Amino acid sequence: MLLEVNNLHVSYGAIRALKGVSCQVGEGEIVALIGANGAGKTTTLRTISGLIRPQEGTITYKGKPITKMPPHDIVSLGICQVPEGRRVFTRMTVLENLEMGAYTRKDSANVKTDIQKVFQRFPRLEERKTQLAGTLSGGEQQMLAMGRALMSKPTVLLMDEPSMGLAPMLVQEIFAIIQEINQAGTTILLVEQNAHMALSVANRAYVLETGEVVLSGPANELADNPEVQKAYLGE
Amino acid sequence: MDASMLSQQILNGITLGATYALIALGYTMVYGIIQLINFAHGEIYMVGAFVGVLMVTVFQQGLLFSLAAAMLACMVMGVTIERIAYRPLRRSTRLAPLISAIGVSIFLQTLMTKIKGPQPVAFPQVINDALYKIGPVEISKVQILILIVASLLMATLHFIVKYVKIGKAMRAASEDYDTAALMGINVNRVISFTFAIGSALAAAGGVLVGLYFNSVSPFMGVSAGLKAFCAAVLGGIGSIPGAMLGGIFLGVAETLGIAGGFDMYKDAIAFTLLIIVLLFRPTGLLGRPIQRKV
Ligand SMILES: Nc1ncnc2c1ncn2[C@@H]1O[C@H](COP(=O)(O)OP(=O)(O)OP(=O)(O)O)[C@@H](O)[C@H]1O
Ligand SMILES: [Mg+2]
Repeated sequence: MLLEVNNLHVSYGAIRALKGVSCQVGEGEIVALIGANGAGKTTTLRTISGLIRPQEGTITYKGKPITKMPPHDIVSLGICQVPEGRRVFTRMTVLENLEMGAYTRKDSANVKTDIQKVFQRFPRLEERKTQLAGTLSGGEQQMLAMGRALMSKPTVLLMDEPSMGLAPMLVQEIFAIIQEINQAGTTILLVEQNAHMALSVANRAYVLETGEVVLSGPANELADNPEVQKAYLGE
Repeated sequence: MDASMLSQQILNGITLGATYALIALGYTMVYGIIQLINFAHGEIYMVGAFVGVLMVTVFQQGLLFSLAAAMLACMVMGVTIERIAYRPLRRSTRLAPLISAIGVSIFLQTLMTKIKGPQPVAFPQVINDALYKIGPVEISKVQILILIVASLLMATLHFIVKYVKIGKAMRAASEDYDTAALMGINVNRVISFTFAIGSALAAAGGVLVGLYFNSVSPFMGVSAGLKAFCAAVLGGIGSIPGAMLGGIFLGVAETLGIAGGFDMYKDAIAFTLLIIVLLFRPTGLLGRPIQRKV
């Protein structure tokens, strides 16, 4: 497996956010991590990215442990994240945001062409490239956050609720782009509350409840599972 | 006060303000990135002035070389202070690094007093006191030097922050520390860089002020540091143009205040101004509205 998370325990003071989470992501997959508010999805992704140190458990990437690595080294290895709430740099221009995404790269000549590729994928960003990111709409900010992460040429892209707060039309568009990115060769670990959409694009999925994985399996099987339908698909 | 006198005072004020601005920039940049008021910053400025004196007297170096040496020495010192006194406290309460900073400040003052004694030391007059007349105002060689050096340094800083990769990373990290790390930015390195730049600017300020007032002392960092801190807050703490504006504003106000007969209250002017400005603009002249980081 490309990315393996094993028995992760994370606490915020007295609050135990993760109680032994394990999950795997294979090369080329889209894996969804679904669950209600506070289930520990964001915590899982932030721990993988190195922003949070787990009390227990290991994370390996291509067979090597990355559990104790600083976040910037993890990015250099090829794991990049589109954080929850987009978190674009609002006081920097669209172009500068994209440049920050390419921060770890040494091949500045290719960075230029990759910025063009991002603009091809998200034409609305090109029209606004000299604009401050804080002036973009929510949907445009989501596109920028995705484009920015793509600039690091990630092998694995971690996405935390890309559909949050977007109109249904835009959600469709974002998920179509997620599939495109995956078809272009990027492995994706997708955190979502929108279980319906997530399960429709994912190969496999994990269901997280209060810090524990309670269900896992192929996405289409989970989508047919009566418990999942009841709890997450509103059927 | 007639017009020529007024313009003369404004020129003097801008000169003084430029040195405040050089110091204020360090406060504001460090605050912008780690939300710490670096109370030892005034002492970095003081050490910079002493390194300048040392270079000119003991090593018989020219002024520009001495200036560069002071900047370099303080860069190393600033980075070291952050590593030893602040970084280990990064994940603790906000008060802890603040107290540590006060400790560093007292340490440096005491150390310098032990080495050089508490008395002010004269800064050798490596520049003659020629005066030039431009229209109604007179400007000394030292003033010209201060204005040129300060402008060059600030322009360089502006260039770095706007166009150079590490400068952009500085802006990114000061807006959102975690996300900067998620983009592969080595935030610790950016913080070291910030301390290096801020300390170098303060050192330049120290040498220039030493030259301007012909005196350096182990305690010169106390009031200069406090005033520059006022300038940074006045301009909007965290804002680089704010620190520049705040410094100049304060320098001019102080000089005009003295010329207007308030010389007894010289040091109170900065604080009075600060209070007045903060009453009307709580985030300072160029500060952004307060926003909660999520
Ligand atoms: N910085 C923090 N300090 C304290 N507790 C936290 C912190 N961050 C998260 N938690 C707690 O940890 C648990 C898991 O939070 P997490 O953000 O990982 O959930 P999530 O699944 O991403 O939820 P959501 O769908 O609402 O984003 C929650 O109970 C939350 O209150
Ligand atoms: Mg979350």
